[in-house]
Formats: sequence, structure tokens, C-alpha cells
Amino acid sequence: MGIVSSGFTGRREADHRLPPGQYETHDFPVLSAGPTPFISLAEWTFTVVSELGARQRWSWDELMRLPQSHPEVDIHCVTRWSKFGTRWTGVSLDLLLADVETGADYAVAYSHGGYTTNLPLEDLLDGKAWIVHEFDGEPLSPSHGGPARLLVPHLYFWKSAKWIQGLRLHTVDEPGFWETAGYHNYGDPWREQRYWGD
Amino acid sequence: MTELDANSAAGPLTLLFGRDVTLAVGICAMCGTTGPLGETVMYGPAPGTVLRCPQCSNVLMTIVEAPDRLLATMPGLRLLSVPTGGTS
Repeated sequence: MGIVSSGFTGRREADHRLPPGQYETHDFPVLSAGPTPFISLAEWTFTVVSELGARQRWSWDELMRLPQSHPEVDIHCVTRWSKFGTRWTGVSLDLLLADVETGADYAVAYSHGGYTTNLPLEDLLDGKAWIVHEFDGEPLSPSHGGPARLLVPHLYFWKSAKWIQGLRLHTVDEPGFWETAGYHNYGDPWREQRYWGD
Repeated sequence: MTELDANSAAGPLTLLFGRDVTLAVGICAMCGTTGPLGETVMYGPAPGTVLRCPQCSNVLMTIVEAPDRLLATMPGLRLLSVPTGGTS
């Protein structure tokens, strides 16, 4: 019948997609804990280090030759902005971790510039996480974490480490940069796990 | 950009210490550089304030502002000397 206005429909959809305490933004704010590193593609590598020290490493060209995914996801920053329907291109961590022999339950993502963030390994699997190198069809800019960043959209966005260099797998949980500095160890936006003790 | 000039750290530092401590002198635990907090390199204040050594970029201090509390670390300071106004 077309009685319900698109504006009303849009607002209800936004409410449904917004975790508690968040607001929708159409911008893409840049937040950083340090200087922006500039990494050449010739030097870029991604490394997975198992808890026993075994390493698997991919060059940029090797990453590009892997099957590419195109996740379209909502992202939620702990500073309360959310951005709907962000479009990325990258490689699923299911692919990158498929041949890694590990009994680890935890991972630490480590980045150029020294940033780290920790996650349960299961949060990186089953189609929930990617190493992405394009945003909105364009190469990922350095200010947003390019050449490549981790994308784990079901957790607050500080877990989606910019300038990703690799993953270290551990049998014990080791808090990363913001987790050590007072943010929540897990960071589920739907449970509003912002700060230590939340 | 989120890199701000040094004295932008004054606000979060004042919140934490209850007074202006930009003249407090810190020693970087990584490279030994000694200088006032007001001359460090600051990133933030969101998602948190990060003070870095102007020489080696080591993280000297972090301050996260939650609605009901401040969460602070000083992982890269070997010493912090805060003037009190008294005489030695």
C-alpha cells in the first residue's frame, strides 16, 4: 500500500542495527594510538606464529592470489559511532588459518608501529574475520590501516587492528594495547563491553 | 589526525592528577629521554589519550576516560617527578 514512509522504515532498521549506546554515522572517523606507518607492498608480509613457534608467512602477491571475499558489514567503534554496510575486500582468516597446526585458544594480532589486540581464536574463524585491503572498492588508505588491516566486525572496532603484520597464537590470553590500558578484554558491542570491569 | 600538540595532553592529565602536571618531568624507560609531560607527543583523546616519547615513540602513559572513572597506565615511564611547590 506504500503508506509507511521510507524515513520511518529507515529509522526502525537503524534502531535494530545499533548496539546499545551507539549512534549511526556516515563518516569514517580516524582514531589512532600512534603515528601512521607507511608500509610498501614489496616489504609487506602477513605471518601466523603458532604457540610452538611455527611460522606461516604470506607476501602481498601471495595474499592477492588467494580467493578474495567481499564482506559488507556494520562496524561499531567503542567511542560510540557505528557505520552501516561498510564494503571491504580481503581474505578470510578461515583460509589463512586452515593449514596452521595449533592447539591454541587465543590470538594476539600485532601491527606495524607496535599496536596489539587480543581475541579468542574462535572469533577469527567461521566467516567472522578477514585480512582486508580494500574499502569501498579502493585500496585501503594508510590512515584507515592500509595496506591491510584485520576486520572483526562483531567486536568493537579497536579489535580490527590497523596495519596488521601478523597473528601470534597462544594457549593463554594475553591482553593487547587497549585491553591493557583499560578497555574490555573481549569487547562485544551488543553487550556494551567497553571498559575493564564492564 | 589524532596527533595533537603537546599541551593538548593538559586536559586529560589534569583530570587524572587533579592539577596541571604538564611541567612534571618524566624519564622514558626505553631510551632515557628526560623531559616535561607537556613536551611529549600525544594521540587522542579518543579512544584514549596516549603520551609517547618525542625521541623513540615509546608509550609513556595512557589515560582512558570512562563515563564513571579514569583508567591510567604508565608503562613507559621509568620515573615521574611532579613539582609540589615546596622547597628541598
